[in-house]
Amino acid sequence: MINPNAKLNPKIFTSDIEQKPTRDGFGDGMVLAGKEDVNVVGLCADLADSTRVGWFQKQFPDRYIEMGIAEQNMMGVATGLAMAGKIPFLSTYAVFCPGRNWDQMRVGVCYAKANVKMSGAHAGLSVGPDGGTHQGLEDIAITRCIPNLVVIAPADYLETRKATYAAAKYVGPVYLRFAREKTPIFTSEETPFEIGKAITLRDGKDAVIIGCGPLLYNALEAAEELTKEGIDVMVVNNHTIKPMDNNSIIEAAKLCGAVVTVEDHQIMGGMGSAVAEVLSQNCPVPMEFIGMKDKFGESGTPEELIEAFGMGKNSIKEAIKKVISRKTKK
Amino acid sequence: MVCDADLKKLEETACQIRQDIIEMLLEAKSGHSAGPLGMADVFTALYFGGILNVDPKNPNWPDRDRLILSNGHIGPVHYAALARRGFFPVEELKTLRKFGSRLQGHPHAGVLPGIDNSSGPLSQGSSIAVGLAYAAKMDKKKWQVYCVVGDGEQQEGQTWEAAMFAGKHKLDNLTLLMDRNNIQIDGFTENVMPLEPLKAKYESFGWHVLEIDGHNICEIIDACKHAQSIYEEPVMIICHTIPGKGVDFMEWKPEWHGKAPNQEEATKALQELRTLKGRITSEAD
Repeated sequence: MINPNAKLNPKIFTSDIEQKPTRDGFGDGMVLAGKEDVNVVGLCADLADSTRVGWFQKQFPDRYIEMGIAEQNMMGVATGLAMAGKIPFLSTYAVFCPGRNWDQMRVGVCYAKANVKMSGAHAGLSVGPDGGTHQGLEDIAITRCIPNLVVIAPADYLETRKATYAAAKYVGPVYLRFAREKTPIFTSEETPFEIGKAITLRDGKDAVIIGCGPLLYNALEAAEELTKEGIDVMVVNNHTIKPMDNNSIIEAAKLCGAVVTVEDHQIMGGMGSAVAEVLSQNCPVPMEFIGMKDKFGESGTPEELIEAFGMGKNSIKEAIKKVISRKTKK
Repeated sequence: MVCDADLKKLEETACQIRQDIIEMLLEAKSGHSAGPLGMADVFTALYFGGILNVDPKNPNWPDRDRLILSNGHIGPVHYAALARRGFFPVEELKTLRKFGSRLQGHPHAGVLPGIDNSSGPLSQGSSIAVGLAYAAKMDKKKWQVYCVVGDGEQQEGQTWEAAMFAGKHKLDNLTLLMDRNNIQIDGFTENVMPLEPLKAKYESFGWHVLEIDGHNICEIIDACKHAQSIYEEPVMIICHTIPGKGVDFMEWKPEWHGKAPNQEEATKALQELRTLKGRITSEAD
C-alpha cells in the first residue's frame, strides 16, 4: 500500500489527477529561490520559454542573462558568476548540458566546487517527435561520474519545484534533469524532499522498484495492478542519484530480495547502474533494469516511445515477475 | 611610467621567477618550459608592477582584482609569481607536480592561495573571466578582471563565444593578456591552424586591442593602465613573447612547449639566467 509518510496526492489513481511538466517546476522553483535570495541568477541559451527560465526573467530581468546559443561559454560565465558570490542556474536541454559543455562542467565547475546549478531540460524520450538527436538519454551517466557533483532527477512538477529550491540552498555544483511533457503530479505539497534522501512511496515485500523521474508514476500504477495478482511491490523514489541514499537502497533490497530499476535513460551508466554498484557490494539480489537498451530514440509521441522501448507499465510488471521468479529459483 | 630603479628591480624579479621555473621543473621532472619562461615578464608586471590590487595576507579579499589563468599549463610562472609575492612559502615551489602538493600539475582552485580557477583544458578561462566581470558590473564593484590566455587556445570555439558575450556587454572592467608566442604542441600556430589577423578579429567582436612587446615590462604596465582608461569595451592586450625567453637553447623551440629540462640542461639554463641577472643594470648604477 501507499506509504502514508510520503503524503502522496490523494487523487493519485483517479483519471482527473492534475498533470504538469516537470520543467514547470523548475520555472516556479527558480522564481521562489530568486525571491528569497538576490544572488540567484538565471542563464539561458536561447531557450527561455521551453526551459521555463523565462518565468524567472519576467520577475527578475536584471538577474537574467541571455547567453545566445553558446552552452560552453554559458558554463564558464556561470563559473565566474559563482566565484563572485552569485548562485547561477543555467538552463538548456540535457542533450546540450551536459552534452555539449561537459568539459566546462567537469573542470571549471566541479573540480573547483563552484556553486553552479546546471539543468538539463527535455531529458529522456519525453521530447517525443523531435527524435533521437534531442532525446537526452545519457546525461545521468555522464554527470554522476564527476566528483563533487549532486545529480537529481525529480519525479513530478512539485518535486522539481522543491528540488530546484533545494539546489539554490545547497552550496556546491548540482545537476537537475527535467522532462518536457505533462505528467501526473502524484506527490503533494507535504511530500518530503531532501537532497540525498530517497522516499518510500509504496510499501511492499515481494520486490522493490527503485526509480527516478516521471516514470515512477507508471511504476506505481504497475505496483497497484500487481496487488490483484497477489504480488506486493515496494516503490522507492530515488530522486538523488548522487550522493545516493545507499542505506535506504540496501534496506529495501534486504526487505524485498529483488530489485527493478526504472528510469527514462540509458540503462548503461544510469541510475539503475548506480543502484547495482551499491547492491552488488552490500546486498546482492536479482535485478532487472527498465530503461533504454543501448539504442538511440526516434520520433513518436512520448507514450508510443515509452511502450516501444519497453519502459511502460506492462514492461515494468513483466520485469517484476521476472525478478521475483529469479529470486525464488535457488 | 616606471622609474629606472623600479624597473631594475622588476627585471630582477622576472629573472628570479625564471630561475624558479627552471628549478621547479627540474625537481618535478615533467611540465612545460617554454610558456612559463615566456610569460615571466607579464606576470612580474601584473604582480609587482602595481597592476593587480591583491593582498597576499588576505587572498580571498572580496574586492581584490581577479587574475584568471586560462592556459593552465603555464601554471609554474603563476606559482612562482604568487610565491615571490608572498602568497605562500617560496620553498613550496619545489613540490610542483608531487603527490600531496598544493601545486598541481595544472592549477586547482581552492587549495593554493591566489589561485581562483581550475584550468588546463583550454579556452575556459576567458568565459570564467567574462562571468566575473559581468558579476562585478551587476554589483557595481570597482575591482578589475584580468585573464591570461594562450594563443593556441584561440583555436577553440569557446574563446569566440566568450569574446562575443564580452563585446555585447561592453565589459570594460575586463582585460585579457594573450601570450602570443606563436607555438603550440604540434608546431607553429600559423602552420597548425592560422590565427591571424588576431587584432582585427577581436576588434570585429567589439574589443579594444593593444599589441605590445611582452618582454618590455614598462610597456606591459603602460598597456594595463591604458586598458583601465578604455570605456565600454573589453580590452585585449596581445603580448608578443618569445617562447622559452631567457634561456637561449629553449627560445623559439616548439619542442620545449611540453618538456622539462634534465639536470644538465637546467644547470646550463640557470647559469644563463644568473649571468643575465648580473647584467641587469639601471642607468643610475
